[in-house]
Amino acid sequence: MLDNTGSYVTEDGRTIGGVVMEMKNITLRFGGVVAIKDISFDIREGEIRAIIGPNGAGKSSMLNVISGFYVPQEGEVLFHGKKRPPMKPFEVARQGIARTFQNIALFEGMSVLDNVMTGRLNYMKTGLFAQALWKGKAEAEETANREVVEKIIDFLEIQHIRKTPVARLPYGLKKRVELARALAAEPKLLLLDEPMAGMNVEEKEDMSRFILDVNDEFGTTIALIEHDMGVVMDLSDRVVVMDYGKKIGDGTPDEVRNNQDVIDAYLGVSHD
Amino acid sequence: MAQMQMGAEGLRSLPALLQRNAAQYANAPAYREKEFGIWQCWTWAEAAKEIEALALGLLNLGVNEGDFVAIIGRNRPYLYWSMVAAQAVGAVPVPLYQDAVAEEMAYVLGHCGARFVIVGDQEQADKVIEIQDQLHQFEHMIYLDPRGMRKYDHTRLHQFSHVQDQGRAARDELIGELTARQAKLDYDSTCVMLYTSGTTGKPKGVVLSNRNVIQSAKNSAEFDNLTQAENILSYLPMAWVGDFIFSIGQAYWCGFCVNCPESADTMMTDLREIGPTYFFAPPRVFEGQLTNVMIRMEDASALKRKMFHYFLAHAKKVGGDILDGRSVGLLDRAKYALGNLLVYGPLKDTLGYGRIRVGYTAGEAIGPEIFDFYRSLGINLKQLYGQTEATVFITVQPDGEVRADTVGVPAPEVEIKIGDNGEIYYRSPGTFVEYYNNPESTASTKDAEGWVATGDAGFFEEGSGHLRIIDRAKDVGKMADGAMFAPKYVENKLKFYPDILEAVLFGNGRDRCVAFINIDLTAVGNWAERNNIAYASYQELAGHPQVLASIREHVNEVNKSVAEDPMLSGCQVHRFVVLHKELDADDGEMTRTRKVRRRIVEEKFADIINALYDGSEKVSTVTEVTYEDGRKGSIRATLTIVDAEVQPVAAQKVAAE
Repeated sequence: MLDNTGSYVTEDGRTIGGVVMEMKNITLRFGGVVAIKDISFDIREGEIRAIIGPNGAGKSSMLNVISGFYVPQEGEVLFHGKKRPPMKPFEVARQGIARTFQNIALFEGMSVLDNVMTGRLNYMKTGLFAQALWKGKAEAEETANREVVEKIIDFLEIQHIRKTPVARLPYGLKKRVELARALAAEPKLLLLDEPMAGMNVEEKEDMSRFILDVNDEFGTTIALIEHDMGVVMDLSDRVVVMDYGKKIGDGTPDEVRNNQDVIDAYLGVSHD
Repeated sequence: MAQMQMGAEGLRSLPALLQRNAAQYANAPAYREKEFGIWQCWTWAEAAKEIEALALGLLNLGVNEGDFVAIIGRNRPYLYWSMVAAQAVGAVPVPLYQDAVAEEMAYVLGHCGARFVIVGDQEQADKVIEIQDQLHQFEHMIYLDPRGMRKYDHTRLHQFSHVQDQGRAARDELIGELTARQAKLDYDSTCVMLYTSGTTGKPKGVVLSNRNVIQSAKNSAEFDNLTQAENILSYLPMAWVGDFIFSIGQAYWCGFCVNCPESADTMMTDLREIGPTYFFAPPRVFEGQLTNVMIRMEDASALKRKMFHYFLAHAKKVGGDILDGRSVGLLDRAKYALGNLLVYGPLKDTLGYGRIRVGYTAGEAIGPEIFDFYRSLGINLKQLYGQTEATVFITVQPDGEVRADTVGVPAPEVEIKIGDNGEIYYRSPGTFVEYYNNPESTASTKDAEGWVATGDAGFFEEGSGHLRIIDRAKDVGKMADGAMFAPKYVENKLKFYPDILEAVLFGNGRDRCVAFINIDLTAVGNWAERNNIAYASYQELAGHPQVLASIREHVNEVNKSVAEDPMLSGCQVHRFVVLHKELDADDGEMTRTRKVRRRIVEEKFADIINALYDGSEKVSTVTEVTYEDGRKGSIRATLTIVDAEVQPVAAQKVAAE
């Protein structure tokens, strides 16, 4: 189903495939407020696609449209070339889309391990009763899923907090646990809502490395929203810039960096 | 049976010991490692197969006899196998400190001319690739963890498991060569080369023979009655001689099991899960654990806290005596047994010391209170004194003769003499062969009769025959008035306070002593949290008036205790500063084993030392720092200089002592 035209190999040797998801003339309103105005862009297989913009630009709304949580009033979302109908969150997850949240949404009282296990929910077929008894099929299933989860724990280097309740963790680690849970769903498309917000430089560097590693090792397509321009420019293959609900730039980090509209939006324009 | 065929005489190399273990203890666990949350286990028979496959793979890659094979990474069974596999093909393993920066590695790899490097992961591989242009003899690198390595140029790179696969595939062709090379190994073949961290100058490559390693392992294992059933946790750097002796030498001699933690951060959890019977840790590990216990007890319920302190007080009174087998009243014994049931047992279990038979600490002096705390719980913690050149053992404390302030009696087959200047000399089967490519240093350290100068000053205590270490011989100096200057003695007293991480004393040739102090961020940070003291950085916390006041209290206490020693009463600290940064190995201020490089610190902070002596109250300074990735930056700070209370010095001069 993939549109394979335009696939290419990046400088660092990754293959970027055809278009996975396409936004066509999306407009999203909340009552009288226009959050997103006539925006079109696409996401290609295997790339890291960033959406940036000043506060209130409509980035999170855009991510919610991509994830299917918001249904735009106008325009259409094409997933693998097909128009996507309105869906429930679990249906989105089954399509291979997973996300993290700007404000961490983990089960605070549960251990890191249990939190990450919840990411495997779509892969568990046995019923509640069988799982409670934990015999035969249910046990085998949990073992298999635990193995996947343990590999992710190893990958993100959070072995030391495996059994720690999430509430006791510092912020930077919680963000990493959220990423682990999203990865546990083995997504094709991973949406990250400000993965680096509120982190110090060292935590940002760690997180950047994990994002690159995920993309590289698993070939996961990643769409991310981020405030930190430096991080975005280093990480992403292509960047969409939004301001006041409109798209003001789209292209490689270098193209975007030299775009006058983008410079104005970020630095402000003098009015005299 | 296998042992009888070969006889003890046949066991003259580690590969030979491996074959004995694989036959004699075939199904006993040899290695465990926690991976993906589960302890993976290899028996001796399995380990022997893995090592053979790797050795064949190394032959296949073209490793020659006498080649150096560098090994860099955290403690993992695969890397321990690499050392033995390298020995099996007649090569010499050279383990390196994994936290060394690329430049340091370049020196060591260049000095030994390593043709092959085996690394744990991408991080280490990157460092070697960064410096490979400087390494003329370097040819192939083998990596363990394939993560992130997929797109690297693989002309000189090989994945560990592939090397083993190729070795297995070529077994028929190469096994003859491998057997022949193994048969050639004898007591005089080189077993390993270890680079000393070097408090002064460049690291030196200490060549240890099979005789050094196997004899030392045998003697020390017999000294402590180590058996095949021991379990140890291997978490200390593989490049350090202690780890080599415990995790390879003794493990192969006795045939016991080496357990590797999942990662450096999970060490404490893994320690508890394994419950080692034989354990080694530098004092800082024991200090850290004790601090942790105390902090957590503060948050426990009132009843538990009461019980804890009540029984701990009792343990302090009789625990040590019970452990040493001295006579203790029946009532006290009963109370101790009850305490063991209610407090000591559960506490030891939580710490991972529930099954410990023998524990050692060395490397630095341990605080007497910390030492006594563990012993009073019934943990047989002892001290030893050793160095790389001695294949660890110089003196050890026998069971029942353990004290915090001595390092014990000469280890089996070790002779010791004290030089005229107080320096300690030893001669033993563990005495190293030579410093690689450095005959001058070899000659200046080891004389024709085999006596080795330790560089430490010390004396045998009258009566007990135990050795006491004063300081590094070259650090011991004289003050302007001729009194003895032994900085380590005072620094150790300071460091026994949990909120002081490091101290450096100056005063050689001067009329009085001054000190630098590093606070312990964990302990002081915790204290700040409890007292609602806000701080934004290490620097700010280190300069906080209340922190300075409490450090001053400690210094005053230390001065009082130093004043009691007639020999060293001149070493009291008159003035001190709390430094704005931690002394760090990356900045060259410490060695990788965390020993202060006095001279470098003295040069680097000359402005602060001047201010300490010229009476100024504050000093502004700029310090260059190196980040973990090698970039450099600088920090500015204005430090407050604090005056401490000094006790009157006893009048007599000590030279006669």
